[in-house]
Amino acid sequence: MSEMAATRDGYGQALLEIAGNPKVVVLEADLGKSTKSLHFRKKYPARTISCGIGEQNMLLTGAGLAASGYIPFASTFAIFTERAFEQMRNGVARPNLAVHLCGSHGGTHTGTDGSSAQSIEDLAIYRTLPNVVVMHPSDYVSTLELTKQLPALNKPSYTRTARNKTPVMYRGRESEIIIGKGITLRQGTDVAIIACGVLVSESVKAAEALAEKGINATVVDMHTLKPLDGDLINSLVSQCGAIVTAEDHNVIGGLGGAVAEHLVKNIFAPLEMVGVKDRFGESGQSDEMLEVMQINSKYIEQAAHRAIARKS
Amino acid sequence: MTLSIPELEEFARKCRVEIVKMVYRAQAGHPGGSLSEIDLISALYATRMRVRPDQPKWDDRDRFILSKGHASPGMYAVLAEMGFISHEDLHSYRVLGGKCQGHVDMKWCPGVDFSAGSLGMGLSFGLGCAVAASLDNSERRTFVMLGDGELQEGSVWEAAMAAAHHEVGNLKVILDRNRIQNDDFCEVQMRMFDIPAKWRAFGWEVKEIDGHNMEEVMAGLDFLESTNDKPSILIAHTIKGAGVSFMEDNPAFHGAAPNDEQFAQAMAELGEVVA
Ligand SMILES: Cc1ncc(C[n+]2csc(CCOP(=O)(O)OP(=O)(O)O)c2C)c(N)n1
Ligand SMILES: [Mg+2]
Repeated sequence: MSEMAATRDGYGQALLEIAGNPKVVVLEADLGKSTKSLHFRKKYPARTISCGIGEQNMLLTGAGLAASGYIPFASTFAIFTERAFEQMRNGVARPNLAVHLCGSHGGTHTGTDGSSAQSIEDLAIYRTLPNVVVMHPSDYVSTLELTKQLPALNKPSYTRTARNKTPVMYRGRESEIIIGKGITLRQGTDVAIIACGVLVSESVKAAEALAEKGINATVVDMHTLKPLDGDLINSLVSQCGAIVTAEDHNVIGGLGGAVAEHLVKNIFAPLEMVGVKDRFGESGQSDEMLEVMQINSKYIEQAAHRAIARKS
Repeated sequence: MTLSIPELEEFARKCRVEIVKMVYRAQAGHPGGSLSEIDLISALYATRMRVRPDQPKWDDRDRFILSKGHASPGMYAVLAEMGFISHEDLHSYRVLGGKCQGHVDMKWCPGVDFSAGSLGMGLSFGLGCAVAASLDNSERRTFVMLGDGELQEGSVWEAAMAAAHHEVGNLKVILDRNRIQNDDFCEVQMRMFDIPAKWRAFGWEVKEIDGHNMEEVMAGLDFLESTNDKPSILIAHTIKGAGVSFMEDNPAFHGAAPNDEQFAQAMAELGEVVA
């Protein structure tokens, strides 16, 4: 069995590791036990600000702290960050204040809490905000490494983490993990699968299944959706000529949308998007949700066949 | 329906058993806030709500909005007891395709009038329902159940101000004042100081009761039903996890399921013989 861990735990660990910077402060909205900021709170109560169940207040308190020289890390469920979307837009992104927002429990993979807790639009909405860096790491190590890079970013960011455990992939590969740079996990020339978050390991599984059928797929972990690694996408198109995107997010506006925008502007290739097909989720176990939403490795594999068939 | 106090207490006891069973079977969910609210919604449904379980969409039904929608096991248990859904349906709690979604949802479950799960939304929604009843010249009332941690959402106070401004007397709130929220006690997370004074200052009629004493609960519901020129709020002092000793007043059981041993203990404490 490969090692399993939740990306939200990577976030919690990162907060502890950057705590040596006295300017780092943590803001909570009554979900610190869930987003994993609780470990920081326990060790550094004076630098942890409880905002109660008040996400809008949390975002703008963060903005005020950032404008005063602090480096605020605010977290709640991905879905409830959206309660403060306009605060993020007008109060954080517009003045370009480096508030780092983390939305845990993203996607339908979140499971039995049901549709009200399964954010399927967070990546899309934050991607529309100027100045904001948008990330959705796939494993514990990359979440840890990417979060540790945020204090030096000097811009606002949104990071989506997941509730449930996923395979740990990057032990010993920490130096390859850089904000804005996709990571190639597997090389092939028939099709390139670009994925983020919990669907990265599903994409690796799909590539393994394709390999058994003699199809060689490249798999890229595009943990940063904005700024998008356009150079990497250009080279994937040259190398493979067909692209599949995979995300636990609506097919509108997320990773698939970002890649589509890049392709039509820069270099053309057939694209098949695996994602939530513009519908809401429901209560179910994580694996059941990936099946119901048709986004697990089986569907990624099918999309790869379709993309290859569309090559001219 | 007219039920005696002992009959109401038995109604609520049966619901408590179902709450614990649902969360135990799902190994997930929110027992604490379901057990604290259950005496209140049992009495509300069994003695006040003008509803037709066989006709859940009847236009002139009273509305009940569970704004703290995570406390869904409590509502599902009452809906089953009332006949909106079957006791078999309770097995669908948090199960794929089930009527009993993790958070109460009007698209999934008969008798549910609000798709909840995001705190701070139910009072505004209830305000809309109440205004619609007036526009329709209907006698129907709208009852909204709020959590105390939920009061920290600013939107609650936008609705409170608007309801008083518009003198929405057919809007009636029950506050489950169990003193605990997700991570910890409210006192630790965000002190709210004088909650009754805040509502009075917003222009509401206020009454406080012990939310586990059926006599007081009935008097509290009388108060809500008789206050029709202003919005009114019943502040029910409750114990999170009430009825199961190890869950009582314990923030750990806001959103956690009992293990096998704890389940057996809970059933014994609730007077339920498990085969
Ligand atoms: C807008 C929003 N923020 C955060 C949450 C996560 N959450 C679910 S329950 C809960 C605590 C609720 O406490 P309270 O209102 O006191 O409910 P009760 O004690 O009755 O369970 C929180 C923070 C949520 N559901 N909605
Ligand atoms: Mg509470």
